[in-house]
Amino acid sequence: MIRVQIGDFDVGREIEALTKGKTSIGGVVSFIGNVRGGGDGVKSMTLEHYPGMTEQELAAIEQEANKRWKLEASLIIHRYGKLLPGERIVLVVTASAHRADAFAANEFLVDYLKTKAPFWKLEETAQGERWVEAQTSDDNAAKRWVKS
Amino acid sequence: MKLLYFAWLKTKIGKAEETLDLPAGVATAGALVDYLKTRGPGFAEALKDRRALRVAVNRRSVGWDFAVKPSDEIALFPPVTGG
Repeated sequence: MIRVQIGDFDVGREIEALTKGKTSIGGVVSFIGNVRGGGDGVKSMTLEHYPGMTEQELAAIEQEANKRWKLEASLIIHRYGKLLPGERIVLVVTASAHRADAFAANEFLVDYLKTKAPFWKLEETAQGERWVEAQTSDDNAAKRWVKS
Repeated sequence: MKLLYFAWLKTKIGKAEETLDLPAGVATAGALVDYLKTRGPGFAEALKDRRALRVAVNRRSVGWDFAVKPSDEIALFPPVTGG
């Protein structure tokens, strides 16, 4: 399942709704991405995205994860709009009969969405606004999953 | 065709979207960018380095040699930074 939304999400409720009644699930892995404040002087962050393509890309990577691993359920929620340090940006939940599939698929989904889903971060600092640049480390993380 | 600009491309070009008649002789996404660069200083600045850009045709990421046609929705944007 894919959701792209402005509002926050309740992690507990989302996991409960996703897994309820599915007794084949033996393990659930969740990843929560937050807006990092810290030493960068970031006061807030605005996430822009490409409506339509975002949902399509997220659905495609979710489908790919389901091809590679045996998942009983999965969920990706990604927020957009203005967010403050400490706020949640993204939730990725994977559930499987045995934990290995859920762990691997979760890491794959996070790595892939960072390099494929059309989101862009604008950071607001005391010095003004700046668009966050793509990280080579994120590209390298995603490349680990490319099948040779 | 419909053109969409995201992130700093939008700022430099000065608009988020526009409709354009596909000029004769422009057959690929790369050729389209070369044409757009001639439309003013904002375009020239935003599109000067193709390596800093990505393109999607009808909401699918493609390469610069991808064929474009008048009915396409073409989006230009920097590498993505979500997650």
